[in-house]
Amino acid sequence: MLNYFLKRFLQSVLVMIIVAFVSFSLFNFVGDPVNNMVGQEASDERREEIRDKLGINDPIYIQFFNFVGNSVQGNFGISYQLKRPVSVLIAERMPATLELVFVSALLAIISGVILGVYTGINRDTFISNVILVISLAGVSLPTFIIGIMLIYLFSVILGVLPSFGRGEVTDIGFWSTGFLTLSGLKALILPSVTLSLFQMTYVIRLVRAEMMEILQTDYIKFAKARGIKKNIINYKHALKNGLIPVITITGINIGTLIAFSIITETVFQWPGMGSLFINAVYFVDIPIMSAYMIMVAFIFVMINFIVDITYYFIDPRIRIKEENS
Amino acid sequence: MINKIYDTDIGYSFFNSKIAIISSSIFLIIFLCSFLAEIVAPYDPFDPLNISLMDAFIPPVWSEGGNANFFLGTDQQGRDMFSTMIYGSRISLIVGFSSIIFAMILGVSLGITAGYIGGRYETIVMRLTDVQLTIPSILMALLVDGIARAIISKSMHDEMAIYVLIFAIGISEWPQFARVTRASTLVEKNKEYISASKIIGLSNILIMFKHILPNILRPILVIATIGLALAIITESTLSFLGVGIPPTTPSLGTLIRFGNNFLFSGEWWITFFPAIFLVVLALSINLLGDWMRDALNPKLKKR
Repeated sequence: MLNYFLKRFLQSVLVMIIVAFVSFSLFNFVGDPVNNMVGQEASDERREEIRDKLGINDPIYIQFFNFVGNSVQGNFGISYQLKRPVSVLIAERMPATLELVFVSALLAIISGVILGVYTGINRDTFISNVILVISLAGVSLPTFIIGIMLIYLFSVILGVLPSFGRGEVTDIGFWSTGFLTLSGLKALILPSVTLSLFQMTYVIRLVRAEMMEILQTDYIKFAKARGIKKNIINYKHALKNGLIPVITITGINIGTLIAFSIITETVFQWPGMGSLFINAVYFVDIPIMSAYMIMVAFIFVMINFIVDITYYFIDPRIRIKEENS
Repeated sequence: MINKIYDTDIGYSFFNSKIAIISSSIFLIIFLCSFLAEIVAPYDPFDPLNISLMDAFIPPVWSEGGNANFFLGTDQQGRDMFSTMIYGSRISLIVGFSSIIFAMILGVSLGITAGYIGGRYETIVMRLTDVQLTIPSILMALLVDGIARAIISKSMHDEMAIYVLIFAIGISEWPQFARVTRASTLVEKNKEYISASKIIGLSNILIMFKHILPNILRPILVIATIGLALAIITESTLSFLGVGIPPTTPSLGTLIRFGNNFLFSGEWWITFFPAIFLVVLALSINLLGDWMRDALNPKLKKR
């Protein structure tokens, strides 16, 4: 068991080292960082002084070591374009993205489970088929087109929902939240629906398939024979087992939501980390790009590690395979 | 000729599937139009002589103020929407095809060698695919695109954009190919004809690419078709985000990006038509891929 955890852990560390090395190389070998800091008229002595101070004259492996040390402490340098520390910029933008991702995940799971259970129980009815066709369209349409369509319908034609920004936000310590004001909540609706649509489709299909399979099993037949009410069988006996894969898939999906939030944030001009990153790519703002890369990689590695560990406990086959090897 | 195709399994399945016929015809029409753009499109949107700012923001012909010269209206620079879209879809298709071919060459060669050689090399390649498959391909493409933009000097961005995109999207999609190719190679390499090839002393490279490859083409083709739709969507997404194809030679995504600015002032057609065009293009390829997956899967063959 320890062996399995150790293997997974080392793999995660390896991925992080590779990502750190890529962003380190971006910093050091793309352009001259000193040129990005001083004016044109700076003397050679002054440049050399800065080089020493920045540690550029140190051997590469020491520089890399320092880079990793700084990153672990959340010190990613200063943005070329915005002239402010990257860590501060990210801390400012983080709440917006996390709130968006949180609401979307909740929306995707709740509506996905409800619709999935409905289509799983009532197979081949008209409403079920409509739900499935619409969900298929949700997969085929690019995220940004869904966003534009929703903006056109609800902001331009109906004029009921805002199309950009977070509305009014309230500061609670370092966290700025949009949950506490009406305009903040209204501003959340369109972006979170856009972001959740894709995930919702997956949850619907997964729950539907699980329900259909479970309703065929012997224990459900037995429950029917005992004369238990249909609703209790469906929701208490069947749904409980059908939800297990949903829990594991949700972990993986949070990573996907963070990736797709880049697109949603751009469409809705949502002031989160994704739009910060896109701007950084646009203006080649390397400190922000590398900080975002390291952060996203870290989130993905963590999620995968946790999912792997969870599988170990849930799926006995992995345990047996590990013990035999 | 037609009869001969009809007699094969795949041909039979094709001519008996309405979805396959309709989606492949739509795709073929778009494909031909975009590659014959000079003939099909009424205007050349890149020729400044043809463009007049006086013609900007003309709505489609059926709405008020429409002009019969511009069937689907014009954009903010006075370019004919229909022509711009045809030329735009050409760029989208070029990027889509090139990046998927790049991903296919990379993924298939890594997958086939991994499956055939095995050992530590296989472990490393498959770990790499596993790690990359956990990252959504759009994120991977964005990161590679960002890194490439950082390496290339700013003045070269617009010229190099198309190559950067092909590279970024190709890199983001190769693991699918590698995984499928390796799995099929593992099955194939234990068959007798491979042992026979080895015994008569053929080189490993010859065995892999001349004897194994033709026998595992089917699943690779399915992945390539579905991947093509994904590549086109990824290209348009990156262009929409402003880090893809530059506005001087717009792709469908770039057109949607600029049209999006005019949504609130009522010029809906500048976004709407390229968006619909993109959706139809992606959907027709996706449906074709779905059909292909079922038709080429021997497990699903009707007896």
